[in-house]
Amino acid sequence: MKNYAIVTKELTKRFGDFIATNAITFEVEQGEIFGFLGANGAGKTTAMRMLCGLLKPSSGEAKVAGFDVYTQTEKVKQSIGYMSQKFSLYEDLTVKENIRFYGGIYGLSNQQIKDKTHALLQQLNMEKEAGHLVSSLPLGWKQKLSFSIAVIHDPSIVFLDEPTGGVDPITRRQFWDLIYEAADRGVTIFVTTHYMDEAEYCNRISIMVDGKIKALDTPKKLKEQFNADSMNDVFLQLARAKS
Amino acid sequence: MRQFLVFVRKEFYHIFRDKRTLLILFGMPVILIVLFGFAITNEIHHVKIGVLDNARDVYSQQMIHKITSSGYFEVDQNLRTADEIESTFRKGDIKLVIVIPDHFGDKFYHEKKAPVQLLADASDPNTATTVINYATAIIGQYQQEMTGKITLPLTINTEVRMVYNPSLKGVFLFVPGVMTLILMLVSAMMTSITITREKELGTMEILLVSPLRPILIIAGKVVPYIALSFIIACIILVMGFFIFGMPIKGNLLLLLAECGLFGLTALSLGILISSITSSQQTAMMISMMGLLLPTILLSGFVFPIESMPRPLQIFSNIIPAKWFIIILKDVMLKGSGLRQIWLPTVILGGMTLFFLVLSVRNFKTRLS
Repeated sequence: MKNYAIVTKELTKRFGDFIATNAITFEVEQGEIFGFLGANGAGKTTAMRMLCGLLKPSSGEAKVAGFDVYTQTEKVKQSIGYMSQKFSLYEDLTVKENIRFYGGIYGLSNQQIKDKTHALLQQLNMEKEAGHLVSSLPLGWKQKLSFSIAVIHDPSIVFLDEPTGGVDPITRRQFWDLIYEAADRGVTIFVTTHYMDEAEYCNRISIMVDGKIKALDTPKKLKEQFNADSMNDVFLQLARAKS
Repeated sequence: MRQFLVFVRKEFYHIFRDKRTLLILFGMPVILIVLFGFAITNEIHHVKIGVLDNARDVYSQQMIHKITSSGYFEVDQNLRTADEIESTFRKGDIKLVIVIPDHFGDKFYHEKKAPVQLLADASDPNTATTVINYATAIIGQYQQEMTGKITLPLTINTEVRMVYNPSLKGVFLFVPGVMTLILMLVSAMMTSITITREKELGTMEILLVSPLRPILIIAGKVVPYIALSFIIACIILVMGFFIFGMPIKGNLLLLLAECGLFGLTALSLGILISSITSSQQTAMMISMMGLLLPTILLSGFVFPIESMPRPLQIFSNIIPAKWFIIILKDVMLKGSGLRQIWLPTVILGGMTLFFLVLSVRNFKTRLS
């Protein structure tokens, strides 16, 4: 029996007549980098929000870090980190104040926050900028900082909702280095993205079309299955099949 | 609890680093107080008048002297003929012309009747009415002095005493008014803006994913504003007291407690607004139109409720500001205690509870 970080069964979300997420079933292993792909409006964000406890599912089951998303939302929240597509740090706070704030609301002690701040700044090579306002940092730095703050409380799973939107390729690469480091520590990464090169970095990916999961496997096997050279082709084949 | 403190500290960073917020918080009360205290006033001082004295006798001179020595009026022009009246008004400086008939003293003592004509520039009706009232009152006094020398068979003397505000000072009305307005502005508008700002920035989502309970998020956002609005209320009270001589006859603690209560009412309205909208601009518009305008127009602050049409009078009952102004006036001017103001207090408390329950229920724990 494998150790699963996320298990869903027939997870569904309806908004009136519209079915945003239609009976999706999948498992994510502990320590895995799981890519969650799909065109805009395919239901990725809805699915992710249900897993984070931001949305109540209409039906189906889901367990995150072993906790039920219906009844144990508080425990789910304690064990996950979240980084949204909208930039999520406070611009009018300094780097250090942001770290202290997010550490604080996750209940870290002062000593823990101090240690974390030190380690985090060193890792990002941002010691000099610790006292700068976040608004003065370049976007790539903010994004990396965002990620590091999302995992500040050592969650077992971190959800990343299009974390690298609008960032140059070099920074994106650096960002993925951070993700790999976290994955090496055993953190499960659940990431949505539009960049197909990023999809290749994932251990396994699922592709959603119209609220359903149409494909789920390792990038390599998916390419074989669809007889494609790149993930881009796989994605286009699936997305076009719909229209 | 520690999480809560961390949150409150963050909130203070926001407030103290945003110059616009600071300006609204601390600049606005001072500006409003000064404006209402010195500039916007319906009291009259040194109003310029014209006099057409056809009598030119001792009595007419005495009466004019009486009028000017009151401090309310000063004679700007002595007119010679009635034809000059129109052109004098046209120039705009003169608000009132007093026409005294010829043989004023003779007529008064022998015919027992001396008509004095008062002509007021009513292009500004409020000023005109006030000016006429003041002038009539002074002339009435002068008449009494004159008749004091002879005895009339029967007279009715009215003795007027303005209770609670003997010198009819406008400050007594506007200090409670401004205080209400500011508390509404700071508490309701600022909270609704600060909460919607987090929604707009996307940080609200992060907060909701965190283990912080939603109620704690709301509390963390509003507590700093409760503290600030309380400080601001104190600033206004101190300014009213020392600069304008606004008395505080009642219990200071009671007064502060009532300020706290109203602050809470306004906050709950702010939370309610932020729960129905997710953009700062909409929140601001709703606060302006839905809260500030009624507070200014329908609370009795600017226009007396008694002179409103019946439907508006009834409507004014649901404006929290109305009840707060009643409380403030009663406590500050009449020295009322809780026994006299329990009704408005209970109404305010009820409203607060209602809004709080409504908004907390409305506040989306889950961003659906």
